[in-house]
Amino acid sequence: MPLSLRRALFFLVCAVATSTLMAQDHAAAASATPAKPAIVTEDSENFDELEQGRRLFERNCASCHGLNGEGAKGPTLAQPSLPRASNYESLLRIITGGINGTEMPSAHLERKDIELVAKYVKSLSLRPHLHLAIPGDAVRGEQIYAKKGGCAQCHMLHGQGGFFGPDLSDVGSRRSPEYLRRSLVDPSADVPQSYTPWRSEISLPENFLYVRLVTRDGQELAGVRVNEDTFSIQIRQANGSIRSFFKSELAELHKDFGKSPMPSYATALATNELDDLVAFLSSLHLEK
Amino acid sequence: MKILRLLSLAALIAMPATAQVNVPFERICASSKEPGNWLTHHGDYAGHRYSALDQITPTNIASLKTAWIYQSREAGKWEVTPLVVDGVMYLTERPNAITALDCKTGRPLWNYTRPMADAVGCCGPVNRGLAILGDALYMNTFDCHLVCIDANTGKERWDTVVADYRPGYSMTGAPLAVKDKILVGISGGEFGIRGFLDAYDAKTGAHAWRFWTVPAKGEPGNETWGAGNAWTNGATATWATGTYDPALNLVYWGTGNPGPDYNGDTRPGDNLYSCCVVALDPDSGKLRWHFQYTPHDVHDWDSCEIPLLIDANIDGQPRKLLAQANRNAFFYVLDRASGEFITGKAFAKQTWASGLDAKGRPILISGKEPTANGVLVYPGLEGSANWPAPAYSPRTGLFYVQTQDDYSQVYYKHKSDYNPGNNYEGGGARNVLGEEPYGAVKAIEATTGTVKWEFKEQSSSNAGVLATASGLIFSGTHDGYFYALNAATGEPLWRFQTGGTIHGAPVTFLVDGKQYFAIAAGAGLFAFAL
Repeated sequence: MPLSLRRALFFLVCAVATSTLMAQDHAAAASATPAKPAIVTEDSENFDELEQGRRLFERNCASCHGLNGEGAKGPTLAQPSLPRASNYESLLRIITGGINGTEMPSAHLERKDIELVAKYVKSLSLRPHLHLAIPGDAVRGEQIYAKKGGCAQCHMLHGQGGFFGPDLSDVGSRRSPEYLRRSLVDPSADVPQSYTPWRSEISLPENFLYVRLVTRDGQELAGVRVNEDTFSIQIRQANGSIRSFFKSELAELHKDFGKSPMPSYATALATNELDDLVAFLSSLHLEK
Repeated sequence: MKILRLLSLAALIAMPATAQVNVPFERICASSKEPGNWLTHHGDYAGHRYSALDQITPTNIASLKTAWIYQSREAGKWEVTPLVVDGVMYLTERPNAITALDCKTGRPLWNYTRPMADAVGCCGPVNRGLAILGDALYMNTFDCHLVCIDANTGKERWDTVVADYRPGYSMTGAPLAVKDKILVGISGGEFGIRGFLDAYDAKTGAHAWRFWTVPAKGEPGNETWGAGNAWTNGATATWATGTYDPALNLVYWGTGNPGPDYNGDTRPGDNLYSCCVVALDPDSGKLRWHFQYTPHDVHDWDSCEIPLLIDANIDGQPRKLLAQANRNAFFYVLDRASGEFITGKAFAKQTWASGLDAKGRPILISGKEPTANGVLVYPGLEGSANWPAPAYSPRTGLFYVQTQDDYSQVYYKHKSDYNPGNNYEGGGARNVLGEEPYGAVKAIEATTGTVKWEFKEQSSSNAGVLATASGLIFSGTHDGYFYALNAATGEPLWRFQTGGTIHGAPVTFLVDGKQYFAIAAGAGLFAFAL
């Protein structure tokens, strides 16, 4: 497998949303729906409340979840049931506290505003399906994933595959189809990053980061940053091996923020093959 | 025979008296004469965290190794600075406990634990330490009691309520013992409390005075809160321990953010005495002067950072100075007798002020107030410096402080209604995607604010700093290293990976004439010696 392809398989899920505005623009373009959609409710008396919730959602949530909850960097919320929030109480809990280990932050909102957002998010489940229909065939996509795409070289699915790139076992729950398509075509468009508001305790780095380094004895190495502290850095190389260095052992250390070692699939796959692969990835959920 | 019996009785009475803990006010004032002990939260009244001990040097520090480790029963952020008195270390542990340790072995001698009510706070039930006066220890509890403990036995002598915790008051800082009084500050700046600094009689616990940091209607300064009742929830907490100048008989204490934190619409004006240093008479609690670093703050830039008292020459003249590295990214030098602004300079990247005017007031850059949709400002809400205690070395003339740089956040505001016991912040701040702000110990020339060197850390640290006469600087990292630097150059000389985030501050002391260092990291209290 050529190095370029191996690198191509890294970071299927990515983007540099350099501003939330940019992410909003992407989401709006992807969904091709009105910027301010009509509110759908079974109870017309709640309309004002939902309108307040919609405004809060636009300001606080839409940059990741799309203006209409159609999903983007964050998962689609306009669906009949949410995998992590099966009821109103669990939704409140997630909005209030965020989700540890993900890019979902805790909301800096008052309780009543959190309730308004939660009610609005619940109302999204009543929407007609907002995002564009997925044109591809998931069964064919699975074949492309396994063979022509070679995705398993770097990505894990339910315990099978490589671990150089992110685990994709539930990527269908975490990313919208349009986002996945963009990630295949332009892998560096959004490298996953965290909104974690407090870097509280000793932890793994928040951002996926590709690192190139040169040791004092002239070795050139590259890999994904696994951890880094004030005096040392640990990287995972493409072959899966972990290398650890004290920074005093390094002559050069380059951090490629916002870049992915995975090149574009825009030409490596035909359009219909991309559709199939997106359909397959969108079908991936932990419940499988 | 009777005389003999009387003599032996006298000996018996005399013997324990000499062995008993005894740290009178005069001994604290002269703490620099006994560097083998650590008698106040900041090591001395001036806040220097500087030790004259010089057994460990840049030359022999490579041999410094762990002597013992004490494990706390409570996990979580451990922000303590221990006290050390004559071979015994006194620690606070989360949430409301004191433990006395044998400094030689790390073995506990006694423990005092006070049950805690279900109090709330912005940042967890932390406790930063104790005050000692005479033979008693004083601790603030998270649920707003001040307790007096017999330092010999750990038995409680008195327990007084400082505030009702239910509306959002809490206490996290170490008390300050001055003369016959115990001064205590409160937390709760995110809950719409009305801030104050209190003093209590050390013997009895009787309330001595209160300085409200938000003046009431009719009092000078209340007009800086607008015509309404915003002042009643004006926050302005006093949660980090101040300093004291015995010669001027003035206590210096930093004050916190006004409330609500990010939305200043209901509190037009400068909002005195928020984001200030106040100079108070410790006998009466009367305000002598104040200096406001950030008038009408809307970025949660508390000014609780430690005000260090430094004697140095300015323009060839000896001056009594007060220096502070503020959360708002500026380093300030004041005359501590008068409060006069002498100089100030940014020590980290900031985008909210074009500079300071002749009186030290920031010259604002427009458009940096939080909005509904968010505004990007350097520094973020945690500030360029924060509560972790800095150090000052009279040998180098440098002020050493943990900082955060290349650090911005998007600030936004919304309308907030005050509900007792609930957050009252009026907005918030979010990290900027893709940014990796860095932490650094910066060495700042104390009289000019010029940064002489910085030692970069992977991320910002809440560890305090310690300076020694032998030319060493000790601090810790968020990622668990306790380390030493060359005080003149910032060159790293020694490190130890503790395995836990360091939120505590290092101290140094003598055991049987041998120099030790100690620091809390994770749930461990680590002691080091040659």
